[in-house]
Amino acid sequence: MGLQIIKSHTAIDFMSRRKIAAIISGIVILLGLAGIIYQGGLKFGIDFAGGINVQVKFDRDIDVGELNNVLEGAGLPDLRAQRFGQSGKHQYLLRIPSGTHAPEEVRSTIQKQLDRGLEAEHSIQRLEMVGPKVGEDLKNKAMQALFYAVLLISIYISGRFEQKWGMAGVMAGGLLAALYLLQLIGLPMGYLALAALLITVGMCWYLRLNYALGAVAALVHDIVITVCILTLLGKDFELSTVAALLTIMGYSLNDTIVNFDRVRENLRAKSPPALVEVINRSINQMLSRTLITSGTTLLVVISLVILGGGVIHDFALALLIGVIVGTYSSIYIAGSLLLGIGPTPESEESGEAEGTGA
Amino acid sequence: MRISLTYRVIISALVIGLALIYSLPTFLGKENPLQSLLPNKQVKLGLDLKGGMSLTLGVDMDKALSNSLGQMGENLRVQAKDEDIVIIRPRVVGNTSLRFFLLDADKSDQLERIVERNYNKELSIQDRESMGQGRVQYTLAMTEKYRKELRDMTLDQALKVMRNRINEFGVSEPDIRKMKGNRIQVQLPGLENTKRAVELVKQTAHLEFKLVDEEADVDKAVQGQVPRGSELAYMRERRSDGSYDKKPIVLKKQPLMTGEHIADANVAFNRYNQPYVSLSFDDQGGRIFERVTGNHVNRRMAIVLDDKVYSAPTIQERIRGGRASITGNFSDKEAHDLAIVLRAGSLPAPVNVLHERSVGPSLGQQSIQQGVTALAAGGLLVLIFAVVYYGIGGVIVDLLLGFNMLIIIAVLAGFGATLTLPGIAGIILLVGTAMDASVLIFERIREELRRGMSPAKAVDEGFVKSSLTIMDANVTTILAALILYQFGTGPIRGFAVTLSIGTLASMFTAIFVSRAFFDLWIKRKRPGSSLNL
Repeated sequence: MGLQIIKSHTAIDFMSRRKIAAIISGIVILLGLAGIIYQGGLKFGIDFAGGINVQVKFDRDIDVGELNNVLEGAGLPDLRAQRFGQSGKHQYLLRIPSGTHAPEEVRSTIQKQLDRGLEAEHSIQRLEMVGPKVGEDLKNKAMQALFYAVLLISIYISGRFEQKWGMAGVMAGGLLAALYLLQLIGLPMGYLALAALLITVGMCWYLRLNYALGAVAALVHDIVITVCILTLLGKDFELSTVAALLTIMGYSLNDTIVNFDRVRENLRAKSPPALVEVINRSINQMLSRTLITSGTTLLVVISLVILGGGVIHDFALALLIGVIVGTYSSIYIAGSLLLGIGPTPESEESGEAEGTGA
Repeated sequence: MRISLTYRVIISALVIGLALIYSLPTFLGKENPLQSLLPNKQVKLGLDLKGGMSLTLGVDMDKALSNSLGQMGENLRVQAKDEDIVIIRPRVVGNTSLRFFLLDADKSDQLERIVERNYNKELSIQDRESMGQGRVQYTLAMTEKYRKELRDMTLDQALKVMRNRINEFGVSEPDIRKMKGNRIQVQLPGLENTKRAVELVKQTAHLEFKLVDEEADVDKAVQGQVPRGSELAYMRERRSDGSYDKKPIVLKKQPLMTGEHIADANVAFNRYNQPYVSLSFDDQGGRIFERVTGNHVNRRMAIVLDDKVYSAPTIQERIRGGRASITGNFSDKEAHDLAIVLRAGSLPAPVNVLHERSVGPSLGQQSIQQGVTALAAGGLLVLIFAVVYYGIGGVIVDLLLGFNMLIIIAVLAGFGATLTLPGIAGIILLVGTAMDASVLIFERIREELRRGMSPAKAVDEGFVKSSLTIMDANVTTILAALILYQFGTGPIRGFAVTLSIGTLASMFTAIFVSRAFFDLWIKRKRPGSSLNL
């Protein structure tokens, strides 16, 4: 046998700690929501809010205060400079939140101002301008992406987790009908995505698709916590954040699918023990896989955060948070929920399974 | 699904061989000793890695519609006049309709026949309102069909003009395409002088020749008292330090001629070695220019480009031969770019920059370097971990990871997909997640071994029982990637592409190729010996 991190007979009682897990998740979410409300909503980056970002590189380190002072005369009152990327590279990001300036004029103004005010070689490495119209479009697209992700994933997991594709068809039909009606009222995309989510949860509950319900809840938990932590870290909400969130959705579901598959397999045994035992045993059986996969993923994502450079940093950071939260939730949150609501009754063994539930 | 070992090995070798062939040009560069044997395709780098500029331009469709309506109003007035019908004050209302007065209500039928005959497709009579004294106010609306046609035509025309301009500007591999919502995306890889490019692309280049209104009082006009039928404009004069001075001038509104008949435009130099732009008209343009100049000898004619007056020389005599020149104290580059835009034709409507992203080549290089460093560091850690943890099984995992990389590169190169910085991040992420499939299988095999199964049976159970879970677990990632591809923009799309190719590749290698390795491994073992996994 090769090396083992988790001994084969490990039997950690995860479920007895589920209250602590719930409290931790609750606190993070509350703090995050408080942060978001305190800011007056999510802080959007230029992708969504419009504006100009200019990345400048110098040949030596410049004090941010000094840089801001020098640029004060540029006639761009809301310009803010900040350090960017690895410290040895002397890179700075200048952010101009409003998108009404012509980008090429901003470029030459900044260049002139830096020529005049600073004794340092400088070059503009990157300039991005997003007009208000495009920002609005991108926001809409991001919402659509989230909406379709929720829609497709809901349909997929209600079929997949329950092995009942007929049921998934019912889900899909119900969802589409409900959303079509909501669209007729003219509900904006963001609310549609939220509505899709709520309808999914409601239908899973009503149709007693409990595995699917657990998976969706774990997914929402991961997304919400990731957004909360990013907000607490003062990060902007960008298009790449949405990409990271969608990736996290895939990752989180992946983990939940693997764990729930094992729960189902163990429940099919001739005389399965109490549900809490089954869940604990399944999580323990999958624990080394869960830790190895998260471990290798964390190895690469951390190297991306540290070495990948400024442009990709926030994206990598969102992934990092999502992977950690996703791993934790597939152990604690998805399992706890399943314990709370019981597994989906299977036709032959429904009495047995339900007896151990709730 | 039982596939014999022989077939498994053959198919695996085939796929990996193909991946190697298609990925080699990317690793070796275009100029390599095997050049003649390998496909001539390399992975295309996105603008964020190569450096360059991406512009999204919005075409002002309202302006295009209103221009077209205005033109039709003017034409209709002339056509009506030919049949002794007087219509006055044709004007555009709300970019959707044309309104004018017919002086003699008795001629309504005749006028409507003219409209019917000439503008059946374009206009429909929406409203006729009697204004007293025999006057009728007509409102003609642009038909939905024509509006759509005009939009398409305008966008196509704008696209064509931009293509021409950029081709002459000399950027290698430009990419110019239509996008939804009356937009045009222009991608210029490797471009450094972004300012010049933006001006070249953005310029409407609407050229007009207008008479100078010499009776008007310029000072009064500046204060807002412009005579009827005239307008205030500014003439640019270049100062010695390169900046521009604006001098007010009053022009007749109605242009004598526009730039649509330009056949060619070139930069020429006068005897003081100052550049100017020399124009030649096509035959029809030459005739119009001759007539116009003949009719206005000794008067000043202003040359107006995009509402800016470049010069206003006095017409000395009737000009034959269809040539004109635009002087205006240009710099060499300005004259050169002006010649390009005049030659390429004017844009059918103004455009504005909705989105701009430019990345300097140094940053692109830096991004590639950082991405590769992160990939190397993360990858090395994962490779080492796999061997430490799974022994020989780990070596197999490492080989599979290598194959995955080859397949990703080969597919990117083969299908001409673009690699972006988030795309590199996707590859890095895959190095971590791709192991999952193998981990699931290996952990299962270990479990079955612990239960006392023979190695061959344990391997079989491990692969069979895990395969379905692996496929299911990966479907969610692929769903997410597909959605990202659909709704993402440039760089993010690159992430979706590498993520989905890589996920498919990792499923194939972990479930199919890996099995071949295991079966070979078990076959070579002495019966009864244990499996070191």
